[in-house]
Amino acid sequence: MRASRNVSIALRSGEVRALAGENGAGKSTIVRMLAGVQRPDEGDVLVDGEVKAFHGPADARDAGVAVIYQEPTLFPDLSIAENVMMGRHPLGSGRRIDFKALNRTVKELLDRLGVKLDPEQPVKGLSIADQQIVEIAKALSFDARVLIMDEPTAALSGHEVDRLFNVVRTLKERGAAVLFISHRLDEIFTICDTVTVLRDGEVTHDGRTAEMDTDELVRRMVGRELSNLFPKVDAEIGESVLQVERLTREGVFVDISFEVRRGEIVALAGLVGAGRSEVARAIFGIDKPDAGTVTVDGRTLKPGSPTGAMKAGIGLVPEDRRQQGLVMELSIERNMGLTRLQALRNKLGVIGMGSEAKLASDWATKLQLKYHKLSDPVGFLSGGNQQKVVLGKWLATSPKVLIIDEPTRGIDVGTKAEVHRLMSELAGQGLAVLMISSELPEVLGMADRVLVMHEGRIARELSREEADEENVVRAATGQVAAA
Amino acid sequence: MSASTQAAPTPAAPRAEEKTSWIDTVVRAREVSLIGVLAILVIAVSLAEPRFLNAQNLRDILLNVTIVALLAVGQTIVVVTRNIDLSVGSILGITAFATGVMFADHNVPIPLVFIGGILFGACFGVVNGVMVAYARVPSLVITLGTLYVIRGIDYWWASGRQINAADMPDGFLSLATQNILGFPVLPLFTIVAMVIVGVVLGRSRTGRELYAIGSNPDAAVLAGIRVTRRVLGAFVASGAIAGLAGVLYASRYGTLDAVAGNGIELFAVSAVVVGGVAIFGGSGTVWGAALGALLLATIRSALVILQVNPFWEQAINGALLLLAIGLDAYLAMRLARELRKRSSHRV
Repeated sequence: MRASRNVSIALRSGEVRALAGENGAGKSTIVRMLAGVQRPDEGDVLVDGEVKAFHGPADARDAGVAVIYQEPTLFPDLSIAENVMMGRHPLGSGRRIDFKALNRTVKELLDRLGVKLDPEQPVKGLSIADQQIVEIAKALSFDARVLIMDEPTAALSGHEVDRLFNVVRTLKERGAAVLFISHRLDEIFTICDTVTVLRDGEVTHDGRTAEMDTDELVRRMVGRELSNLFPKVDAEIGESVLQVERLTREGVFVDISFEVRRGEIVALAGLVGAGRSEVARAIFGIDKPDAGTVTVDGRTLKPGSPTGAMKAGIGLVPEDRRQQGLVMELSIERNMGLTRLQALRNKLGVIGMGSEAKLASDWATKLQLKYHKLSDPVGFLSGGNQQKVVLGKWLATSPKVLIIDEPTRGIDVGTKAEVHRLMSELAGQGLAVLMISSELPEVLGMADRVLVMHEGRIARELSREEADEENVVRAATGQVAAA
Repeated sequence: MSASTQAAPTPAAPRAEEKTSWIDTVVRAREVSLIGVLAILVIAVSLAEPRFLNAQNLRDILLNVTIVALLAVGQTIVVVTRNIDLSVGSILGITAFATGVMFADHNVPIPLVFIGGILFGACFGVVNGVMVAYARVPSLVITLGTLYVIRGIDYWWASGRQINAADMPDGFLSLATQNILGFPVLPLFTIVAMVIVGVVLGRSRTGRELYAIGSNPDAAVLAGIRVTRRVLGAFVASGAIAGLAGVLYASRYGTLDAVAGNGIELFAVSAVVVGGVAIFGGSGTVWGAALGALLLATIRSALVILQVNPFWEQAINGALLLLAIGLDAYLAMRLARELRKRSSHRV
């Protein structure tokens, strides 16, 4: 699959251009190519009219391209000054680093940015916002001709965003070309002159921001024919099974309250980093919340105990199958049996011969798993079939609530529909399903209700009828819905 | 449609108060606290047993620490890059034997033996470095393997042979007994190596890049640092220093066979950790590592002079190690908690 195709973007000196698009539209891939981290299969990067082949990040930097990533890429143990000037420390006599000159240079940079930070302080103790400032100082320090900012404001508060924008304006006046990526649409209109819209890896719009408004931008970002690939069969929705009340984890999410009923699929939508997976982790007890309760069938769970959550009937299908959902080296049957080790023990307290195989073959039939032998390592299976093993592993515990994080990530289209059919059937049998998904069509096709998260809060709750692409994208990007 | 506005930006929470407790001071300068502990130890032991402070005993401590401290200096170079070199004990052993062979069988002049020993050790460093840096196998596994392989070659080569002091020139053996201006000669090698490595790590671009690699390997790549080359270099340096340590070992002990320096790598790693070099890389100094080695050697000497059962030496070394690691873990946890609180203004 291609992450981006045939994309042409022109950055002019003294211009701030926005790169807009949904999750997975291909923005990050483009950033990685411009930064020299990933090489394009086809096409070139030109700086000042010259074709540049970037063999690594150092080449991009030498060509005058500076990148500020979503997550700060700093050295926590080293001082702010060293982080800014790594590899370019000013040298004194005998090629030894002149730390006085180093700290002075960086102090001047920080002053220019209008921040009071001690260049000698280690980065380890800094807030995310201050770390972002260090990244900007780094970009400033080598007089970048092109500055690429991948969601630099995601972790910043209003005041800090203003400060950042002042820096961007200064750079622009000095003739730099800036590519600005943000999910906050109002920011695009505040700071950007032009905008390139990406959808499914292709450019769908290229124009001046002054000539469009938020609504048009949202339409151009989504504007996809909603297929009916994912029909959720209407199930009888019963009594409430899972109640989450005022769940809070400081710095991550705040005041999350909702319920999921029997037979219902509730989707948690929102942008990457809005805190959705973190909520799931807290419900399942992997992270201990600072406040709030989780109740299953009237029983309040002990916070921070996955064992308790499992006993109460919660299953969690994590986002990352390979790392968290499966033990790739173990066989299919072993993986399926992992959640049922207690029950599979025979009188002697050991796992009985063949008991795992029996459990596994039962579920493999029910889930229509495609496999060669149940004793094959699970890593041999395709992504979709791996996901079925994870599902089987949890269904074997006969859960009341199933939390599925990104159910079809990295699964091919055909198997995708099968996973969706399965989820729908499970809901039909009375399971309460909480689904986290970054794919809008999946959210809209599968969910009875959609909870949209924005920056750690539930921004909106939409019923199946109310939920459409625009409403979800608006809520997820922090826009209040129009009427 | 112009009604679309963003939720009012939440004002930034006041910055968490800068707390400076004694514990923060400890982490800032592990060297200072090590010197403190060392001073308390020396005072306490000499009050209990005044013989502890006599010149001969202090000299012995210094001579005993020379080789482990030197290995600790080399180990620091590797550990700051988030790697480890467990093969240094075997490199020391085989180089010590090679030193004996050079003198006994080939009459090589002393300066050339030093150069030969250092190059010999560096070759093993190249082997470690290439496998770690290019094959991307964790250094713990690679150097555990080379630890046994090199020791095996050493056994095969020595095949039961023992080289004695009588086979080596007096000028070489006297390095361990002679003084320059009242200071024993042997530790001077360690001190010179320590100063050179200390300056390179602390004050050269290359050195700082090694710390950067250990602190955040992914960011190091993004910053354009040539990570493979630097990591390879760190292993070569560690091997070369282990080679030098092998030559010094030959001079100090005079009797060389295939078990020389067996297990000494763990003392070096202990010294590095006690000396405040973070085992996951990115921080720590050679001064700390050398002080860690000195502290461990002083404890050993104190136990001997206080006539404590030598069994306790290992237990105390272990306890110190756990204390050092525990302290680091505690500080890291505290920092993480603080950070989470501080960044809570984004919600």
